[in-house]
Amino acid sequence: MSAPTVAVWKFASCDGCQLTIIDCEDELLAIAAALDLRLFLEAGPSELLDHYDISLVEGSITTAHDAERIRDVRERSGLLVTIGACATAGGVQALRNSADVAGYTAAVYARPDWIETLATSTPIADHVQVDLELRGCPISKEVLLSTITALVAGRRPAPTGHSVCVECKAAGNTCVLVAHGTACLGPVTHAGCAALCPSFQRGCFGCFGPSESADVDALHTAWRAAGIADADLLRALRTFNVAAPEFAGGAQRVQLRAKEHA
Amino acid sequence: MQALAADGYRVVGPVERDGVIAYADLGSGDDLPTSVTVEQSPGRWRLHHDDSGHRFGWTPGADSWKQFVYPAHQEVLRIRRTDGSFVVTSPPPAAQPLAFIGARDCEVRAMAVLDRVVLDPLHPDPRYAQRRDGVFVVAVTCGVPAATCWCTSMGGGPQPAAGFDVRLTEVHDAVGHRLVAEAGSDRGAELLLRLEMGAATTDDLAAANGVARAAADGMPRRLDGAALPALLQGTDHHPNWEAVAERCLSCGNCTMVCPTCFCSTFSDHTGLTDDGSAPIETVREQDWASCFQLDHSTLGGHAVRATTKARYRQWLTHKLQTWTAQFGTTGCVGCGRCTTWCPAGIDIVHEAAVLAGLPTAAQPPNSQKGSSA
Repeated sequence: MSAPTVAVWKFASCDGCQLTIIDCEDELLAIAAALDLRLFLEAGPSELLDHYDISLVEGSITTAHDAERIRDVRERSGLLVTIGACATAGGVQALRNSADVAGYTAAVYARPDWIETLATSTPIADHVQVDLELRGCPISKEVLLSTITALVAGRRPAPTGHSVCVECKAAGNTCVLVAHGTACLGPVTHAGCAALCPSFQRGCFGCFGPSESADVDALHTAWRAAGIADADLLRALRTFNVAAPEFAGGAQRVQLRAKEHA
Repeated sequence: MQALAADGYRVVGPVERDGVIAYADLGSGDDLPTSVTVEQSPGRWRLHHDDSGHRFGWTPGADSWKQFVYPAHQEVLRIRRTDGSFVVTSPPPAAQPLAFIGARDCEVRAMAVLDRVVLDPLHPDPRYAQRRDGVFVVAVTCGVPAATCWCTSMGGGPQPAAGFDVRLTEVHDAVGHRLVAEAGSDRGAELLLRLEMGAATTDDLAAANGVARAAADGMPRRLDGAALPALLQGTDHHPNWEAVAERCLSCGNCTMVCPTCFCSTFSDHTGLTDDGSAPIETVREQDWASCFQLDHSTLGGHAVRATTKARYRQWLTHKLQTWTAQFGTTGCVGCGRCTTWCPAGIDIVHEAAVLAGLPTAAQPPNSQKGSSA
C-alpha cells in the first residue's frame, strides 16, 4: 500500500483549516507517513504534479482567476475534498453576495481600479464536482483524522449530517436553549464539533453550517417561544455559512415573518 | 451511599449542575440536590431553589439511567493484526456494579423496557448485560409531578411498585421532615437493617402513601395509554403528521433523552502508524443513533424516511403503538422528557391525543404554559 499523493489548495480563506492540519501535532508524523504530501504551501511542499490522488481544498471562489484555477485543480485531482465553511458554503466573505462590492472595494483600497473581484463568494461545489465536504469554521481535527484514516484504509469516510443536538446529548450537556433560554443554532447545525460551544454553556453559532434536515422555520418558532428576538436569529444565520441555501433561505423567511409580525 | 460504596458499588445519582438535574457519581448525601424545584413545560425547563431542605422535590431532567448501562459511546471490540493472523479483544468489564440513587417509577419501568429489548434472548447485548447485572436500585416516590408528566397513563404511578431494592419517600408533615425507607428485595432489607435506622411507624408509612396519592391525584396529563396501540392504527395519513412536521426540527433530542430509545450505530476506526505501514488495529465503536437521522433509514443509498413527517411518525408510532406488538410492552413510560427537551416544544401527549381522536389532555393544573388543546 503506497501513500496517496496529496495536495492542499487555498482559495479565498483565512488559512485556519490548513492550520488545523498542522495542528494535528500528536499525529503529524503519522499523517506525513500515511499521506504523500506534495503540495501544501502553508507547510512547505510545493511540487506541482499533473495528478494528485487526493486534493484538500480550502476557501471560496471570489475572483475570475480562482474560478479558472479550481477547474485546473479538479483536473489534477482524483478525490476532491473541500475543507471548511468557505469551501463548502462560501464562508463569511459571502456576506458580500447581498452587499455593494464596488462600494466595499472603494472604501478599503486606495486604488480600487486595481482590484479584480467577483460580486459573489461561492462554494467550490458551485464550480466543480466535489467528492466529499468537511464542514466547520475551522474544520474539526477529529473529523479530518477520521477522514484521512478512512481514505488510507480504503473505508468510506462518513462524516455524519445530523444535528449538533445529537452530539450535545451524547456528551451529557445541559440544553442551553431549553434550560437557559440561550439562543442556540444547534438544532439546525451540522454535527462534527463535538458540541464545542454548548459544552461551555454557550449557544451554537452554526459554524458547521446546516444539518442534513435543517429547518430554520421551525427553529424560528422555537426561538420566538424562548423569547429571543428575530434580529438575533438573522444575525446568527448570517455569519460563516451565510450563503448556505438552508440558512440563506431561512433568513429571508425570518425577515418576511418579522415584517408580518410587526 | 457510604454503605453501598463500602460494598463495592459505584454509586450514581442526582446532582445539580449547570441549571439542571444531572446524574453523576456521588460521594455522599451532601452531593444530592437540596431545596431544588423544577418547572417543566413543553420545550422549557427552569430550576428554582426554595428553603424547604427537600432532597427529592424535583422531577428528573434530560439525564436517565440509560447513560450508565447503555452509554452514548462505547467500544465494542478491538481487532489487532499479529503475524499472519489477528486477535479480537473485548473491552474489560466495569470494575464495579452500579447503584442508582433516586430512580423514579418511570425510570425503574424504563429500565425494564430497555432490558426487554437489549437483553432479547435471541440477541442479548453482553456489554449491557454486564453493566445491568446486579444494579442496586434505590427508588424514590415522586411527590410533585411536572407539567409534562403522564406516568399514570402509561402503566405507572408516582410510587415505584417493583424493580427496586429500597424505596424512599420524602415526607414533610407536622411530624417533621424525613425519608421513609422500604425494602423491595432481600439485599435492600439487609442494607436497611445494617443502617440501624429507626423503624418506620404505621403513621410514617401512611404518610408516605399519602405523598404518592397526592402526586397521582395531581398528575397533570391523562390519556388512555393502553388504548393507544389500537387507536393509532390507520392514522398513517392523518393530517396531524404534516402539522407536527412543520414544527419538528428533526434534531433528535426526543430520542436522545428518551430512557427507552435503544437505536445505535456501529462504526470502525483505524489508526495511523508513524512509518506509514498499514494500521495494525481496528476499533469498533457503538454510538446512540436516532430515527431522526437520515442515516437511520438509509437503504441502498437513499433514506426511506426522507421527510420530517415520516420520521416523526416513525418515532411516535414506535413509542406508543408498534412497540407493543414488537416487544410486548409499551415503548413509553410517560416520563415527559421528549416533551420538555424538545426545543420546539412538541408535546407527545397532545399529538397522540389528536391522532387517536381522544379528547386532548386537560390543561395541566400546575403548568406555567401548558399546550393548548
